[in-house]
Amino acid sequence: MSINRREFLKTLGVAGASVTGVSALGKSKPEPDAEEFYAILHDITRCEGCQECEVACAEANGLPDVADDDYPDVDIKREPTPKQYTVINAHDTSVGEVYTKKQCMHCAQPACASACLTQAMVKHAEGPVTWDEGKCMGCRYCMISCPFDIPKFEFDSNNPKIGKCQMCFERLKAGEVPACVENCPSEALTFGKRSDLIREARQRILDDPDTYVDHIYGEHEAGGTSWLNISPVPFEDLGYNTEIETKPYPELTKGFLYSVPSVFILFPALLMGLREATRDGDEEGADHE
Amino acid sequence: MSEQVLQSTYDPSKSRWQFMLSELKPKRSVWTVFNMISVPTVLVAAVIIVIRFIYGLSAVSNVTQSVPWGLWKGFNVVTGVAFAGGAYVLTFMVYILGLKKYKPLVRVTVLNGFLAYTFYAFALILDLGKPWNIINPIIGNSFGTSSILFLVAWHFMLYIVAQMIEFSPAVAEWLGSERARRNLKRLTIGAVIFGITLSTLHQSGLGALFLMAKGKIHPLWYSEFIPTLFFISSIFAGLSVVIFQGSILQRVFSYQMDEHSDERHNIMIRGLSKVCAVAMFAYFFLKVIDMVHNHTLSLLATPMGAWYLLELIGFVLIPLLLFVYGVRIGTPNIIKLASIMTLVGIVLNRMNISVIAYRWNEIPRYIPTWMEFVVTISILFVQVWIYRWVIHRMPVLRTMESMTQTAKS
Repeated sequence: MSINRREFLKTLGVAGASVTGVSALGKSKPEPDAEEFYAILHDITRCEGCQECEVACAEANGLPDVADDDYPDVDIKREPTPKQYTVINAHDTSVGEVYTKKQCMHCAQPACASACLTQAMVKHAEGPVTWDEGKCMGCRYCMISCPFDIPKFEFDSNNPKIGKCQMCFERLKAGEVPACVENCPSEALTFGKRSDLIREARQRILDDPDTYVDHIYGEHEAGGTSWLNISPVPFEDLGYNTEIETKPYPELTKGFLYSVPSVFILFPALLMGLREATRDGDEEGADHE
Repeated sequence: MSEQVLQSTYDPSKSRWQFMLSELKPKRSVWTVFNMISVPTVLVAAVIIVIRFIYGLSAVSNVTQSVPWGLWKGFNVVTGVAFAGGAYVLTFMVYILGLKKYKPLVRVTVLNGFLAYTFYAFALILDLGKPWNIINPIIGNSFGTSSILFLVAWHFMLYIVAQMIEFSPAVAEWLGSERARRNLKRLTIGAVIFGITLSTLHQSGLGALFLMAKGKIHPLWYSEFIPTLFFISSIFAGLSVVIFQGSILQRVFSYQMDEHSDERHNIMIRGLSKVCAVAMFAYFFLKVIDMVHNHTLSLLATPMGAWYLLELIGFVLIPLLLFVYGVRIGTPNIIKLASIMTLVGIVLNRMNISVIAYRWNEIPRYIPTWMEFVVTISILFVQVWIYRWVIHRMPVLRTMESMTQTAKS
């Protein structure tokens, strides 16, 4: 119930009609824009592939422990699963072995949320994109739409869940940072406002242009995401999808959706007119069949 | 016609419930080849469905995390809806354009469309992870109005209702209720106009579903024109079903045909073939423009390109020419062949977009299990059962008067 109330107030906040004073984050929120979301910066040059984030993620989300034989290896491509929201992968590159972390990118305008016909997938003003079990009907359209292939479905369950990183939304609301960020021993992960993190990422690239490639993955990808990455090697070498659109994915369906009201109003009128025009005079009042 | 009091096979001395119960009994021998195949298949499918709901989708289906929609969605829903497009095209021709010569085809096509939609909704429920939450986008407080699927789902439901209204006078005639028939008839034109509007939107909407799958669908199939292409192809897909089913109906329900029905049928079929050919030309043309526009012509030299050409040349261009040729020389068999090839082309196209060219570069490929196939076919079988049951009893292919005459003689 309290969540419903909070959601409701948040909606009002988004509409600019109210300020979410109840937010545990203690910040009054003006109209949120993409820059004001919380975000996480992953500095690939610092990541040591220790999997502490994976362990912390499993614990924070009540997921099964990471198996002992399940570790990053350059020969294996690990993918998130319905029960493993984040995975570390190892890559052989020109600068030696580097590690990437894969999880939900928390797009500013997520394809999954616009695809969802029950609003089970929702983008929150704080940044996270979350999934609501009570609303989802398991159609898997989010999986078709997500350009990063993040939502994972429990195909082996009779009451399946969609598993994906929720950016530890509950922890965020309690004023904590996401579990993976908190437990990263090498400071590869930084949590903060998206605009601050983009500035931070730029600064790191500027200060050390020999170490980093000049690209913040997530700044423009899919219209901007809450997860930002900076890397010592080009992102395509690390298995990142670099052919991704730079505009938000929901834009792809906008044209069609806008045409719907026009069709709905114009078609019946047009059809009515056509019918009257083609009607024989003598069938007035007669059977139309 | 409207003055005439209808006589049905309904006997006024019995109550309507008794009559309906008596109608449930098979009227003909049940030991047909079709039944011998369909009954066991449907029974197996029933077991598979139980397993699916106990152990989850992966117990019976090969769908994966990267190809989350398989045969049930790709064939039963995406392809099936295109096949059911005949109803809105025919009602448009007959009720809006006033082309009365096609009237004899309307009822059977609407019946087919109504059953198709109902059963595809059922297929969809089988495929849903949490089907009990299907209520959410309908009456819940969870309207995902930015979702194309939300739009498609609503149009789907409303269109089922529209088709039910369009078909309802036949049910009233069957039950011998002249008053109900007259009242239901008044709703027809409204349902038709509403139905055509809904069909335009959800036929194209089914294509629009895949707009966000950019990069996942092979560039030869992915296009901003997908909604338009889906809409145009639903016209000739639907009409090809009408042409194809016509040739079967003439044989299966031959006792309902009179000496002129063959000739009348051929005239209608020739007209519909012309509509098919024009729509297919528009489709083909748009496909070519799309390839030029998206600079995908060079991809035609790849294996996927060959597969694409097979679909576009083999099962769009060739049947298009066959339709034209068939109309010219007036051979129903060539037209029939063209309609079958067109239907194969539609299956290829819809399956390519939703399953085959979706993640074309991914290994291992998604290949449906035999259980998915059994369920897919069983859904069609049950649909045919009901279709057959209705046509044997209700005035679908013939008028009520001719039915009473056959019953008396």
